[in-house]
Amino acid sequence: MSIDEYNGCAIVAMVGKDCVALATDTRFGVQRSTITTDFQRVFQMGPRLFVAMSGLVTDAYTVSARLKYRLNLYELRENRPVSPSVFVSMVSNLLYERRFGPYFSTPVIAGLDPTSGKPFIAGFDCIGDPSIGSDFITDGTAGEQLMGMCETFWRPDLNK
Amino acid sequence: MTERYSFSLTTFSPSGKLVQIEYALAAVAAGAPTVGIKAKNGVVVATEKKAKNSLYEQDSVHKIEKIADHIGMVYSGMGPDFRVLVKRARKIAMQYESSYGEAIPTGQLVQRVGAVMQEYTQSGGVRPFGVSLLIMGMDDGKPTLWQCDPSGTFFPWKATALGKNHINGKTFLEKRFNADQELDDAIHVAILTLKESFEGAMTEENVEIGICNDLGKFVRLSHNEIKDHL
Repeated sequence: MSIDEYNGCAIVAMVGKDCVALATDTRFGVQRSTITTDFQRVFQMGPRLFVAMSGLVTDAYTVSARLKYRLNLYELRENRPVSPSVFVSMVSNLLYERRFGPYFSTPVIAGLDPTSGKPFIAGFDCIGDPSIGSDFITDGTAGEQLMGMCETFWRPDLNK
Repeated sequence: MTERYSFSLTTFSPSGKLVQIEYALAAVAAGAPTVGIKAKNGVVVATEKKAKNSLYEQDSVHKIEKIADHIGMVYSGMGPDFRVLVKRARKIAMQYESSYGEAIPTGQLVQRVGAVMQEYTQSGGVRPFGVSLLIMGMDDGKPTLWQCDPSGTFFPWKATALGKNHINGKTFLEKRFNADQELDDAIHVAILTLKESFEGAMTEENVEIGICNDLGKFVRLSHNEIKDHL
């Protein structure tokens, strides 16, 4: 059993008409045991920016905390909210810094651009390769199954 | 940097001044005159580049340097100190682009360069930089002009003068500055301001002009372009 499957999760992000949606499961398990069913996997990074972390839970927490740290410093220095493309670069850099001993967690970003309000979603691999999504991003142990569901149900300009 | 000194050579005087910084500012004030003006659609900097000897190869070395595609930098004071800061500023700009995937806003570059200059006023065995920098840039179509002093302080300016005769230069600019003028007019005013402190005739050989244009790019004007403006 691989390390990505130790805690297990399901994450999906979708683009709609002037909106985005980000959904995760709330099961926290250790292999086949379920420990809690109210586990939070989504972390808010800004008024319209959310990150969901898949994979090993300890790394999910660490990455999101370190990301928030860098993001806060950026916003303090620059005195402006971060834009999605810059945020993607930040995530990518953070993960690649651990290229040869990676975090076993991959982020999925969903948000709206602070100035234009344009919807934005992105996924990564554990060493930071970004995939900007124009329709949906899926991740986690149920990633493939979710991909099938998304392909079936997603269409452009879905409203809230 | 020598590691033998762990204490700073820049220490406070009883009156509360850092004398080394005052002396550094004196070195700046003795340097070649430099002028910077912000226009509605761009920024211009102009600096005197007098050759001490007719055998001097003027075009091999430049005083106005590109830091990033949209940022230019010039100085008054000690050339070698300037070159160290140009190298640092370029690295800072490129590192920012590498981390954030975005061109560095000029204000952010200025903050970081100012922090570097401040380090040299509070570190062991080093002296402050003997230059004041004029950093100009275009951020998303907005022109910006900043001055960075040996102490590490930075000021945003609409128009300013550095180096020899900078007080007269600033007085001249106060009268001539117009916030609505276009870049070409600003270049004209910059040249006039520089002429005030110029000894002898001003030609395209002994002056350097750099601009940030409305396309957001830093460009150093060629000899012919300068000749057209003179």
